[in-house]
Amino acid sequence: MTARIAFNFVQVAVVMVFAPLLAGIVSRLKEIVQSKHGPSIIQPYRDIWKLFHKDQVISEESSWIFRFTPYLVFITPIFVTLLIPVLTSYPLFFAFMGDMLGGGFVLALGGFFATLAAVDTGNPYGPMGASRTRLVGFLAEPVFMIVFFTVSFVAGSTIPYIVQQRWVNPISNFFEPTHVLIMLAFFMLILAEGGRIPVDNPSGHFELAMIDESKGLEYSGPAAALMKWGGQIKLFVLISIFLNVLVTPWGLARTITVHDLAVAIPLVLAKVFVFALVLVAVESSLAKLRLFRISEFLGAAFVISVAAMIAWVFVV
Amino acid sequence: MTQPTTLLTQLNALAGSFFLLSTFGMVATRQVQGCLRFFVLQSVFLASSAFLLGLHPLSWHLIAVAIINLVNKPILIPWLLRRTVSEEVYTRREITQVLNIPISLLIALGLTIGSYYLAAPLLQVGAGLPALVNLPVGIAALLLGAYILTVRREAVPQLLGLLAMENGAFFASIAIAPELHLFVELVVAFDVLIAVFVIGVLTRAIHEHIGTTDVGSLTALKEESLR
Repeated sequence: MTARIAFNFVQVAVVMVFAPLLAGIVSRLKEIVQSKHGPSIIQPYRDIWKLFHKDQVISEESSWIFRFTPYLVFITPIFVTLLIPVLTSYPLFFAFMGDMLGGGFVLALGGFFATLAAVDTGNPYGPMGASRTRLVGFLAEPVFMIVFFTVSFVAGSTIPYIVQQRWVNPISNFFEPTHVLIMLAFFMLILAEGGRIPVDNPSGHFELAMIDESKGLEYSGPAAALMKWGGQIKLFVLISIFLNVLVTPWGLARTITVHDLAVAIPLVLAKVFVFALVLVAVESSLAKLRLFRISEFLGAAFVISVAAMIAWVFVV
Repeated sequence: MTQPTTLLTQLNALAGSFFLLSTFGMVATRQVQGCLRFFVLQSVFLASSAFLLGLHPLSWHLIAVAIINLVNKPILIPWLLRRTVSEEVYTRREITQVLNIPISLLIALGLTIGSYYLAAPLLQVGAGLPALVNLPVGIAALLLGAYILTVRREAVPQLLGLLAMENGAFFASIAIAPELHLFVELVVAFDVLIAVFVIGVLTRAIHEHIGTTDVGSLTALKEESLR
């Protein structure tokens, strides 16, 4: 019992520590693909450290939402980390606190407050980026719902741990059409929710074109560090759900021992690294979509996810 | 309806879902080249499904169908189109359509669900396991091809819609009626080539005469109908 609680906290610590490393690796690989040298892999850590030691400047026109949001944006992905399988294949202590749908709603709560805070200060670029983020968000919601419903339908449960154990149970299920289509739809969803090309440019500094980066425009000091770190943790959480539940639910700890957990950490990091390679390949070969084409992109993701559900419901 | 699934039937189901996905791609793409590439993908998946169905109860007939399709559609049709239609048609970036793309995708989804609903009473008569996948997907590709034919305003995508209909009918028939005489298959393949050739030559003539292959602007009688 105490082992399960302790492992849950170890899981959260692993996600918090390695999320900036993932961001650093992805940006370094993108620069290498473009034949440049790129920043160091641990640069995000240095950025967060520097921001925590700086002063904070807050506009006098802003309300309590502006001050409250960085904490919310940092905590909501950590909340979701308690619910999903990151290191272990058996349910941990908080695993039944919420299912995948609840996790999706908690992440949407963080996004909602980030959008509100971007409007709060009166900066002209804030509401522009906030309205675009809401456009992407509300188009991505049906895709989230249908993906979760299909996954729960196939596996017979909405708790991620149980889905993970039943999803690819005989290995031949990997090639089942439902599985492949859901993987494709969820990958398009990660690109949209994580603010990656082709939906958004994560390394752009041009405020007129920002979609997801606009939530952190007005923050300074520790609040900016929390917003940055929270965004990186959110991407890591989405990738963990993708890899550990849908694509490769292998390599996780099977027994409640410290040894198994210690072996699982580098395996999970290796899986995340392979995903980072795929992400960099996709990002480097596509161009950012025009704003009104994003609805077509997410419409295609919706159609793919509904086709996955049809392939399960009508064929089996 | 519950029959033991083997690896071949699962791979066939995978080929069927990619076939459906490439048909959706034909509905959702904006460029003429993109439409053609999705059509080529669709034909490749049709050939792979025929190949997989011909492996287990070993039927050389189905494997021959797969090879004919693999030569005919992905290779010969794009080559023939390039020879007969002028290059300018291919460099057209945006295809004008009657409805925009998200609505087209939703209608395509509705057509797919409708085709599964249509195929359900047919499948209860006691079809084999591959027909469970092939028949609804084939009918869906038929309906989607008809939809592409209706909605697109350019000549080459309309032709590709017609060919997608033919692909869909083929996809359904390889699971239901695999014992069709090989001679008929060859005739059908040759007919498709002739149709492409004729429509390609017509498109070139239209393009040279009017300057655009936008079929929507062919509805007026006078020459000033150029937009």
